[in-house]
Amino acid sequence: MTDVALPVRVGTEADRLPSAWRLGLGRGAIEIKAFFREKMAVAFIFGLPSILLVLLGSIFGRQAAAHDVTVGQLFTAGMIAGGIMATSFQYLGISVATERENGMLKRLFGTPMPRTSYFFGKLVQVLVCTVAETVLLMAVGMAFYHLRLPTAPGLWWTFTWIFLLGTAACGLIGIAASSVPRSAASAAPVITLPFTVLQFMSGVYVPYNSVPPWMRYVASVFPLKWMSQGLRSVFLPDQAVALEPSGAWEHGRIALVLGAWIVGGLVLCVMTFRWQSSNR
Amino acid sequence: MDDGTAVRVAGLRKRYGDLTAVDGIDLEIGTGEVFALLGPNGAGKTTTVEILEGFRHRDDGTVAVLGSDPAHGNRAWRARIGIVLQLASTGPELTVAEIVRHFATFYPRPGRPEEVLELVGLTGKAQSRISKLSGGQIRRLDVALGIVGQPELLFLDEPTTGFDPEARRQFWQLIRRLREGGTTILLTTHYLDEAEALADRIAVIAAGRIVASGEPGTLGGRASAAAQVSWESPAGERLTVETMTPTELVAELGGRFGGEVPGLTVTRPTLEDIYLDLIGGVGDD
Repeated sequence: MTDVALPVRVGTEADRLPSAWRLGLGRGAIEIKAFFREKMAVAFIFGLPSILLVLLGSIFGRQAAAHDVTVGQLFTAGMIAGGIMATSFQYLGISVATERENGMLKRLFGTPMPRTSYFFGKLVQVLVCTVAETVLLMAVGMAFYHLRLPTAPGLWWTFTWIFLLGTAACGLIGIAASSVPRSAASAAPVITLPFTVLQFMSGVYVPYNSVPPWMRYVASVFPLKWMSQGLRSVFLPDQAVALEPSGAWEHGRIALVLGAWIVGGLVLCVMTFRWQSSNR
Repeated sequence: MDDGTAVRVAGLRKRYGDLTAVDGIDLEIGTGEVFALLGPNGAGKTTTVEILEGFRHRDDGTVAVLGSDPAHGNRAWRARIGIVLQLASTGPELTVAEIVRHFATFYPRPGRPEEVLELVGLTGKAQSRISKLSGGQIRRLDVALGIVGQPELLFLDEPTTGFDPEARRQFWQLIRRLREGGTTILLTTHYLDEAEALADRIAVIAAGRIVASGEPGTLGGRASAAAQVSWESPAGERLTVETMTPTELVAELGGRFGGEVPGLTVTRPTLEDIYLDLIGGVGDD
């Protein structure tokens, strides 16, 4: 320590507070930097879906699911939906719970940073990671399982809105779910367990038409089933619609369910979000 | 503020269910002052400070921190206060310099991150990850994050709990340096020597109430309390008298012995005696 003194300056009206947008971008940049340094989290969030896709694809992939569609293609579409949920729901659920527990949320709340900048930063971070995850899984699908990228602009439009609505819905549910774990240590299992179960029920790990009907009913309540269905409509040939239990791609219903979860997730976040863990 | 008062609290109350954590506190902290809120664990220190920081809502009373009610503190108000919180070692995977620079962007007129790190003695650790710091270094980083916005008023809640003696001395130096810079500081502690070493004024809090306040030298009537004068009689017996006029008694003894009084001592209660007396009187955990 040296003898530097930090002279106090009294605030004046001329002091301009930095804009919420700029701080939000700054939050996003530092979140991304910190995320990619956490090697375990990166391996878990990016590695696991890719490895599962290769494993499932290698075990079941050559079976034709009928109508000129391979099981490998089905898995790829489903796994991209699962990947979107991993980088949004799973990652936010665990990381926000950890930040609440280790005091980072309280510390940020004690500064003049606007709260919207925190959430905007999370949005930036989640979007970057989700795009990276999706590109990675598409590459794996194309390399091993004859995944064909759509050429029609209409299909890319469908992909874009399913991607954005799905990311938003899962991200908001993730932030709301971060209040459930009682400690940082329990965050990973509390968030990951229901997510894993939901992936089986929603046709991510198993072709959806072989999921028992009662599980399909449960899955239909949550966004993941609708996201994977929508992505199948993008990445599979048109005739694959015959494999859908409902016999249709149901784009209108997908948008409706995801939209409802965005509204519901937002309400849940506003109602349950705490800057400080309750047991302190 | 304008009238030289940084914090003004009157009749502050806070209950959690059946427990009254803060039971009618009045405080006034002058601009540029180092004020210590001293009391045992569970006395209501942290609750009081968290209300002043805007983290908790109060049930009753009036509070003005830098002229504003913390319950409605806006960003401009937050830019003028600094809060030192304890960062867990499981923070983000960032370096010391990165997180200090990041926090500096939140403020309209931050200090230069390099100077802040210099001040807290972390220049050599600027490129280290937070996860690689020792406990004492993490606490200095906590202070760096609390002062990087160049606050007019700094809150320090139990800043040296768990420090070894050497780290505490260093930390005290840091607080004194901030005080010299003109920062108003509200410090909570359950260490008596810390309050005595750092504070211009001390308020002793027990069971949610201020039981005494004043300068360390006069706290709880320390200067005016009865003194004990003790000496040895010619027979070798130790005699002790409590008196409000020790000087008169010593002069009289000097006359009686015709010179040096054997084994003479004059003592007043130590701050610790007063403190234990004050918090003991409340009779709660």
